[in-house]
Amino acid sequence: MEGRKLRKMFGSSTNPETDQAKPGTEEGRATMSPAGPVTETSSRPGGPDAASRRRAKTIVAREVNLYYGDFHAVENVNMTIEPNKVTALIGSSGCGKTTFLRSLNRMHELTPGASVKGDIELDGEDIYAAGVDPVAVRSLIGMVFQQPNPFPTMSIYDNVAAGLNFNARQVSKSDKDAIVEKSLRGAHLWEEVKDRLERPGSGLSGGQQQRLCIARATAVSPEVLLMDEPCSALDPVATLAIEDLIGELKKEYTIAIVTHNMQQAARASDNTAFFNLDESGKPGHLVEIGPTEEIFTKPKQKETEDYVSGRFG
Amino acid sequence: MTPPPDSGLSGAPRRSIFAVEGGGGTLPSWAPYGAVAGSLVFCAAVLAALGWFTIALMLVFGALFSVLSIYAWSRAVEGRRRAKDRAVTMAIVASFGVAMAPLISLLYEVISRGAKGISWDFFTTTSRGVVGGGAAHAIVGTLVITGCAVVISVPIGIMAAIYMNEYGRGPLRRALTFFVDVMTGIPSIVAGLFAYALFELFFGPSIQLGIMGSIALSVLMIPIVIRSAEEVLKIVPNHLREAAYALGTPKWKTITKVVLPTAFAGLVTGVMLATARIIGETAPLLVTTGVVDSLNADPFQGRMQNLAVYAYNQYRSPGVMKQSAYDRAWAAALTLIVIVMILNVAARLVYRRYKTESR
Repeated sequence: MEGRKLRKMFGSSTNPETDQAKPGTEEGRATMSPAGPVTETSSRPGGPDAASRRRAKTIVAREVNLYYGDFHAVENVNMTIEPNKVTALIGSSGCGKTTFLRSLNRMHELTPGASVKGDIELDGEDIYAAGVDPVAVRSLIGMVFQQPNPFPTMSIYDNVAAGLNFNARQVSKSDKDAIVEKSLRGAHLWEEVKDRLERPGSGLSGGQQQRLCIARATAVSPEVLLMDEPCSALDPVATLAIEDLIGELKKEYTIAIVTHNMQQAARASDNTAFFNLDESGKPGHLVEIGPTEEIFTKPKQKETEDYVSGRFG
Repeated sequence: MTPPPDSGLSGAPRRSIFAVEGGGGTLPSWAPYGAVAGSLVFCAAVLAALGWFTIALMLVFGALFSVLSIYAWSRAVEGRRRAKDRAVTMAIVASFGVAMAPLISLLYEVISRGAKGISWDFFTTTSRGVVGGGAAHAIVGTLVITGCAVVISVPIGIMAAIYMNEYGRGPLRRALTFFVDVMTGIPSIVAGLFAYALFELFFGPSIQLGIMGSIALSVLMIPIVIRSAEEVLKIVPNHLREAAYALGTPKWKTITKVVLPTAFAGLVTGVMLATARIIGETAPLLVTTGVVDSLNADPFQGRMQNLAVYAYNQYRSPGVMKQSAYDRAWAAALTLIVIVMILNVAARLVYRRYKTESR
């Protein structure tokens, strides 16, 4: 019941009644994608609103401390993840980037013994407040993982529709078809798979699987997309495809991406946050966050400069 | 092929890709088969000469002798390293053969002896009021009792495994694991006595019902189902659960829609193995379902015969025509094996159908 409350509180995105307003933005995205506008198979309910951008939500983290049991993994992070922008989280291994990312949609607490202190707000609502349903939070803040992980027992179609099928609300077959097509187009995968939607998702290449996972994450209409090194298992061509896609997705979503690839952070992000840790065993912390160009050309901190210029430590 | 001549220019010994030790030769490709055949013939001859010949002895000594002979032969021709390799390979294959031998022998015995007792009447008539007769009542009883046991055990077992793998934490979970392990070791007669004692509480002494047998078998089957289901659920990769959670999926839906379908094939296999394990149980059914000559398909009413107890009974009290009673006992054993095989094939078909459906 809390989930329903949270959804209402958080506005339209997962609310069945207001889903009608969606296709406007969907249309906008479809026209922007190289695949062209949505074709005859879709039977979207009409939406007059054809704005190509919508304002996604802002995440604000205040004094966030993360723990695995007694181990203090991340210390005092304060940052704002701006709407409709790509925020890259960079830093050496073990400095808590991924842990921080997972705390943003309450995935962190799934690890036994993990705990969170501090506030994380999604457009002013504390997602860790008492009575908030983590399931509802995750339906608003989607996630793409390091390893492409399509559900092995499901077809391409069912993978994309998985979020719709799993969630309580009923979606008609024609709406589902439309959402699947829209999501696959949005993930630049439609043209490659439209003739084999009933084939298993695990039969695709790694890059295709990752785009399938992005389509799956966007099909539930989240506000924010978290990406945990989404390209680290992919070749450069597939990486470029995903980066292009990220550039388009930010028109609709707020995006946070963890990456070890500094070129990728420089290419694909608007803001960059640099994490570091003083030594192994100490908690990681945020060194600085700012516009990507600034972080890479004239960072305020010496640490950041050393890291982005390749002189570590 | 001969190794190229060593130039001898450098002081360090030249390292060659050619075999350096032994003769550098190679045994013919039939050598392992030859060694086995030769060893078997040799052992058979020696045993026959000593007057101790039996097939089992021939196989055991033949296996040992095969390993020794292939080692000696290869050592002489190919060198020590290859000889060790061949000897170990042979030992592994021989162990497999020795392990298979009793199984094949058992199948052979059951089929050859059971075939004599198999007839149309065996499957269609009961032994009510006749000398001899058929085993229809026992076949029906076995299917009903086992079916009820499966219906009771599978939901409990799989749900318990889900609890232990997906929800359970800390001491309670450890205690459950311990007790499941203990339960897998319960002697089957104890399960039978448990079910009997349970029903005696409610229905008074000397109660015997088909469902009591099912409950006794469930006591044996549940821990096996839990164990196998737990192992299967454990190997469902965690990233699939996380992918589902990240879509805003509640935990129970993650389990029912992602974890269980992914593990489905393994779950079916586990249930089949557990069923095969309990379908031939005798002792607990002797106590709980009793012995009866007439057909009874109602597990809640009266005694019920089953194939294992039927076979036991034919041997224990063969009556005047001893040989035909023994034949019927073997036929019952054969029927039991055939039922288990049908169940296995059915499980594979279900598995395959499922695979193509969900691709």
